[in-house]
Amino acid sequence: MPGVDGFMYPNEVELQWSVLIVLYPFITGLVAGAFILASLERVFNVQEVRPTYRLALLTALAFLLVAPLPLQMHLGHPERSFEMMFTPHTTSAMAMFGFVYLWYLMVVLLVEIWLEYRRELVLFARASAGPQRLFYRLVTLGSDNISPESLRIDDRLGRIVTIVGIPSAFLLHGYVGFIFGSIKANPWWSTPMMPIVFLFSAIVSGIALVLLLYVVTSRIRRASLDMLCVDTVAKYLFYAFLVDFALEMIDLIHRIYEADESFRALDFMVKTRLFTSQIVLQIVVGTLVPLAVLAVTQIARLNDRTRVRLYVTAAVLTLIGILAMRWNVVIGGQLFSKSFLGYTTYKMGFATREGLLPAMVVLLLPLGILTVLVKLLPPWTAPEHSHT
Amino acid sequence: METTRRDFLMVGTKLLVMTAATASALEHVLAGSIDATASYSAADHWWVMLIDVEKCIGGGHCVRACKTENNVVDEPMYFRTWVERYHINMSDPDHPIVDSPDGGINGFSEKYAEGNGKTFFVPKLCNHCADSPCTQVCPVGATFRTNDGVVLVDKEYCVGCRYCVQACPYGCRYLDPRTHTADKCTLCYHRLTKGMVPACVEVCPTGARQIGDLKNPNDPAHEYLRTHKIQVLKPQMATGAKVYYNGLDGAVR
Repeated sequence: MPGVDGFMYPNEVELQWSVLIVLYPFITGLVAGAFILASLERVFNVQEVRPTYRLALLTALAFLLVAPLPLQMHLGHPERSFEMMFTPHTTSAMAMFGFVYLWYLMVVLLVEIWLEYRRELVLFARASAGPQRLFYRLVTLGSDNISPESLRIDDRLGRIVTIVGIPSAFLLHGYVGFIFGSIKANPWWSTPMMPIVFLFSAIVSGIALVLLLYVVTSRIRRASLDMLCVDTVAKYLFYAFLVDFALEMIDLIHRIYEADESFRALDFMVKTRLFTSQIVLQIVVGTLVPLAVLAVTQIARLNDRTRVRLYVTAAVLTLIGILAMRWNVVIGGQLFSKSFLGYTTYKMGFATREGLLPAMVVLLLPLGILTVLVKLLPPWTAPEHSHT
Repeated sequence: METTRRDFLMVGTKLLVMTAATASALEHVLAGSIDATASYSAADHWWVMLIDVEKCIGGGHCVRACKTENNVVDEPMYFRTWVERYHINMSDPDHPIVDSPDGGINGFSEKYAEGNGKTFFVPKLCNHCADSPCTQVCPVGATFRTNDGVVLVDKEYCVGCRYCVQACPYGCRYLDPRTHTADKCTLCYHRLTKGMVPACVEVCPTGARQIGDLKNPNDPAHEYLRTHKIQVLKPQMATGAKVYYNGLDGAVR
């Protein structure tokens, strides 16, 4: 059979989950990671990262809005997807997605963004005219009290929401890891490490994305970078990445040392069909190189320009590495037969329903949404006051 | 407020209409309704499949009968049941050579010389697991186990997420490209409930496949299970598989 080496069960030859399902954990990971970065400032009082706080929240929102899209596009019957919420099957991990998603969107992210921006929304509404005024008045939800006392309450509420938000972000992405990690039929997925590895790789990718967006948007606005902020974000990226790398290595070493019945098949797959995406892209280019680059910035004394260049390089490579990691989990988990006797090939279409083109649109769409959000809710004009 | 007859009729009619709507809505949301014949009581049966590996000659009758009986899709080649040929070289018993050309639908052409290792056929189908991973993961409960132990899919309800396909350790599920819903062996439920045996059992020329009802004390399946060395596929998966194999080689997975 074309594309098949060895023996696959006949129904396994065609892959079930496409590149769109690769994007789903990648996008939700960016959401969770960006939110965790925002909470550093809010809950853990890391004042240095304040300039990225609002950008991180808006980034999380932009990507969260797109997160269900690849799933919808993948479903055989998208028009029935609401059944997952109305008649969820309680033993199904997937059935929880709608609830986890809505909780995160409605209770955490939107509320936190609203509280953060409420003062300015009121001021914008007062200063603007026409449809713009109507929009800002609508989003204030009729709450136009911006007395110091009222703002103090906002701030306290915002802090509580963020505190709720941290476990929620962990839940959102840990849950995505569980979807894969709980499939005992698939040894490539089935590990209790999966939610934890997903979580830390999510934090890494989110921080890398916000770092990159902060540098790029500052360049576009011709604004000078807050180097203390950039250095601090990069430092957290480095630390989070070290933890993530350690976790992934524990998983890998454990698999190699234990060498259970699936090992030969998986080992062969990693050395052949997954070599480029796993060894080259994920581990070397996407992990070891950015870790080395970040390590250099932590040790050597470099001028601002060089540091920023190295950070940007590391952030881009990190994002490539984490995307590759999602690819290797989702696609890699379907390339070998559950009989451990053969391998199939993933044939990605281009302009098909689940091809490369829609995947690229899904990946770029959040950046478009973010552009709009940034226009409506400028993240740069942050009030001088910090959260207390 | 005083209730006039007119009010009463209005409210009464509204209530009636709403109840009917609610009832039909409820019927709609209760996934897992099965189209069984009126005289059939699912709770009185517990279906299992018995497969005698030593009797299977790889003729592919079962695969053809299943395709026809259940209108199983031809392209791409998906199967509710298929036959695998195992060849085990005695010098390397851990690494069997397996093939299943077109699921064995046209039988197998001679490939291995006599005396050179051992060759045998293994028919495969849904194991109708008592603790099936596929029903566990279905986000809407479109796939379910009936009271008689058969795992079915409600095509009116399935959202086509394919999580069940991923969760099945045996490769028994696929997405039907015509309906965009999950599909698999039903043990010919439409036949079972009318007192007939599944199509694959019916056509097997050597009797390698037998259907058994463990809730029927007179069913010969009891005797068969008692007197044979029985094994299920991938017992380590702990799925409560109910396709019982006699003479299954340890190399089969």
